[in-house]
Parts: sequence; C-alpha cells; structure tokens
Amino acid sequence: MAKITYIEYGTEKAHTIDVRKGHTVKDGAVDNSIPGIEAICGGSCSCSTCHVYVDGEWLARLPEQEDMEKDVLEFAHDVRANSRLSCQIRVTDELDGLVVRMPEMQNV
Amino acid sequence: MTQSLIVIGAGHAAGQAVVSLRAGGWDGRIVVVGEESHVPYERPPLSKQYLAGEMELERVFFRPPAFYDDAEVELRRGRRAVRLDREARTVTLDDGRALRYDRLLLATGSRPRRLELPGAGLDGVCYLRTIDDVDALRRRFAPGRRLAVVGGGYIGLEVAAVAVEKGLDVTVLEMAPSLMARVVAPAVAGFFAALHRRHGVDVRTGARVEGFAGTDAVEAVLCAGGERLAADLVLVCVGVVPNVELARDAGLPCAGDGEGGGVRVDENARTADPRVYAAGDCTSHPNALVGRRVRLESVHNAVEQAKTAAAALCGTPRPYEQVPWFWSDQYDVKLQIAGLSAGHDQVVLRGDPAAGSFAACYLRGGALIALDAISSPRDFMGSRRPIAARAKIPPERLADAGVAWKDMT
Repeated sequence: MAKITYIEYGTEKAHTIDVRKGHTVKDGAVDNSIPGIEAICGGSCSCSTCHVYVDGEWLARLPEQEDMEKDVLEFAHDVRANSRLSCQIRVTDELDGLVVRMPEMQNV
Repeated sequence: MTQSLIVIGAGHAAGQAVVSLRAGGWDGRIVVVGEESHVPYERPPLSKQYLAGEMELERVFFRPPAFYDDAEVELRRGRRAVRLDREARTVTLDDGRALRYDRLLLATGSRPRRLELPGAGLDGVCYLRTIDDVDALRRRFAPGRRLAVVGGGYIGLEVAAVAVEKGLDVTVLEMAPSLMARVVAPAVAGFFAALHRRHGVDVRTGARVEGFAGTDAVEAVLCAGGERLAADLVLVCVGVVPNVELARDAGLPCAGDGEGGGVRVDENARTADPRVYAAGDCTSHPNALVGRRVRLESVHNAVEQAKTAAAALCGTPRPYEQVPWFWSDQYDVKLQIAGLSAGHDQVVLRGDPAAGSFAACYLRGGALIALDAISSPRDFMGSRRPIAARAKIPPERLADAGVAWKDMT
C-alpha cells in the first residue's frame, strides 16, 4: 500500500487513498470515484483522460515516461512540465506520499 | 418529490450513468437490472489483457462492488427485464416482479450476431461478449489447439493475437476481401493482415464459412469451395445486434437496419417517451459532427451518452456532441481511430507503413472526417480537433509527416 493524495481542481479538496502496490495511480482514483479522472480507455494509454499534475519533487521520482505516453499527453488539456497520465504510474512503496492534482478538465 | 430511476442493463453505460447521476445530484432511488452475475464492467480488456491472463477480474470492474452500496444503488443481478409498460410505468423482470419507475434508462447494449449455419450449435463454437464467455474460452486455450476465428474485425483479431501468442494454431476467416473492411482503408487492413501473418496467424480473406462439422464437439469449419478446415475451437466474431426488443415491444421508435438499428434518441439521450432515456450500443443518435444519425459500438460513446443522459435526468442538460473514437490493441501495435470514415472520397497516408507507425487520413470534399492511427498516438490525438471542425486540409500537408498537427490548419 502507498498513500496517494489526489487534489481536485478549483476546490482544492484533497482525497488521500491507500492504493495497492502494482495498481496504478489511475486505479486508485477510479476505485474511489475521485472527480476529475475519466480514464475512458481503462488505462491502456489510448486517450489522455487520466491526465494529472504531479506535485513538486515527486516528478523526478516517478518511472520515466515512455514515448507512447508522451505522444498521447501532448494533446491533453493544459499540458505542463509536470503532466503525466495516471494510468502509466504504477504504485510502489517508494511512491508512498505521492500528491497529484487534477487538471481543469479532461479532453474526452 | 424523490424520483425513482430504473436502469435496464448493467454494462459500461449503466456504470457511468450511475456514477454521473449521483455526482450530478440525483438523490432518488436507483435500481440497476442486469442479466449477468457481475457488477458493471469494462468490456475492452476482455479480448485483450483479460483473455491473456494479464489483468485480474477486479480490475475489469467499472467500480469496485462496494461502490454501489456506498452510492445507494440497488443492483439486481442475474435478472432480465422482459416487459416494459410505459403507461403503467413498470418494468417486469423474468422473476415476475414489476418495478415502478418515474424515469427509465435503457442501457441494454448489444449481443453477438449468431451464425445460423449447419453445426453452429456444436460444442466448441463460441462467442465473446461477457466475462463468463472469456473465462470459458480461456479454459479451452492450450498450446497446439487449432482455433478458427470467424470474422476479421477488432474482436476476432484481438483474440487471434492473444491466442497465437499462447501457442494456439490460429486461422482467421474473413468473408470480405480485407480485414476490418467495415472501418479501415485497404492500406491499414493490409498492414494488419501482414502483422498477423508475421506472428503465425493464417489470415484468409474472401473466405465464406458454410457450416461446421463434428459429432458432439466441433471438428472442422466447412468453407465455401469445399475446403474442410480442421479446428478444435471456433470463435465467431461477426458483429453485434443492438438489444432493442424491450423498447420496440413497448412501442418506442427504433432506427431501421439501414441506419444501423438502435433505439432512437435525441441529442439529450431521450427517447420518444420523455420519461425514457437510452445510452450506449443500443441507441441511434443524431450526431451533428458526423452529419447523420448513427449507432456506435464503443466505450467512448457508452460513457459520453451515459453522461448526457445523467445530465438531462438531473435537470442540467448537456447535449451530446462528440467525435467518435475507438481503439484496438493487437500484439504491440495500437490502432486508434477518430471519426467515422464512411462516405470518404479520398484517403491520404501519413508516415510509412513499412516503419510500423503511420496514419490513414480520410477526406470528404477536402475536409478531414476520420483518421486511423497505427502506433501513432500523436496523429490520433492531433486529428481529433480538426475532425470536429471538419477542417479542410490540403492532402499534401496531411501526407507530410513533418507538418505538425498544430500547424496543419
């Protein structure tokens, strides 16, 4: 288990969830119906609707992006340097405490 | 007054509708009636990671089972709705019980088209739609077994890819002259035929199946021209039929076969009866971006139409206006499709198929109406906005992979 905090856009409401090792950051959000993540393609890196911003120094501690993720992300809404697809971040012990923020909207 | 809503069907659209209804403030009773024993789940992984044994059952579920209790949603699993009485506002289930509704959402989905051919009832002639179908199929998978896939569409090809990687001896029989003929250009179809052949699948196009032979279980596929193709297992993937019977028998207007069938809804997912909504594979909706009425079989449509229905039910309508999109994973190749290519008058290739990453752009009257991206997510993502805008793009710019999508229009 790792504690992941999801912060909603606008309201800044924080949800801290225990996410199982091996699940993705997207899985934790979907299983708990956290508003702001759609994940229409179910986590197969096909759609960009699980876009999140990774907080602070966590970005450098995440596994590197594969080309597929970079290409999909490029066209998400309001992409920033700390944008990631949450379906591509697999939870490990090292990610305990990770904080991610929701974008204003997902491009469905 | 608190209103009671019944959702008929427990697939992806039903799951999304429930989530969106509660998020949108629907505080009335919600009952979901589904024929299967499972909570609502996502079908795309069934013919991919779940079939391959790479995804656990719980990850296929749209929401964890506990969600429905928390959201105060009553799930009636293993129950089928057999009659809709719109005057009495009741739905009768197969156990004889009637449920009364103020609002109804039909999310009845679709079912595999059955082959009406000699021997089609033999053991070992399978279909794929549900978790239970895939569990049964997986039990029959073993290295060396001969699998014949009838139908070279997305599902058949995804299964062929998994099966050949599991060591089965796989043949794909497609009646049309090319694979996925209903949706993709010949260059794309040719790419996938070559891909499957490279992995050892025997791909046969223009192959008409006339029946199946066997004593108890299937032993062979009987092909036109007299060939008898030995098979231990047959998977029939020849499209789906929308489940419209409940609606049609209740007098709700449905689209004709020429329009793809489906319960007719408006842009707010409402049927001809203001108390009855419908979403997902079972509907025919007017799509302004496509310019006609369409019935779509896709997760994106199920999700977005369910959201549209929920918004209207919650009194905050948000009409459906979406460019359709689809995807398929075969081996390590990702096919992503934006828009609907039907009616195109020109196809332009972008990138080099030989490099394993390219796109087919479909134009009508010079306007981009659809794109198939083969392991080229940038083309898929980049094309969606111009497709929505019906942007006119010179073919030579589309064909130039050096021109970025943001500079295209």
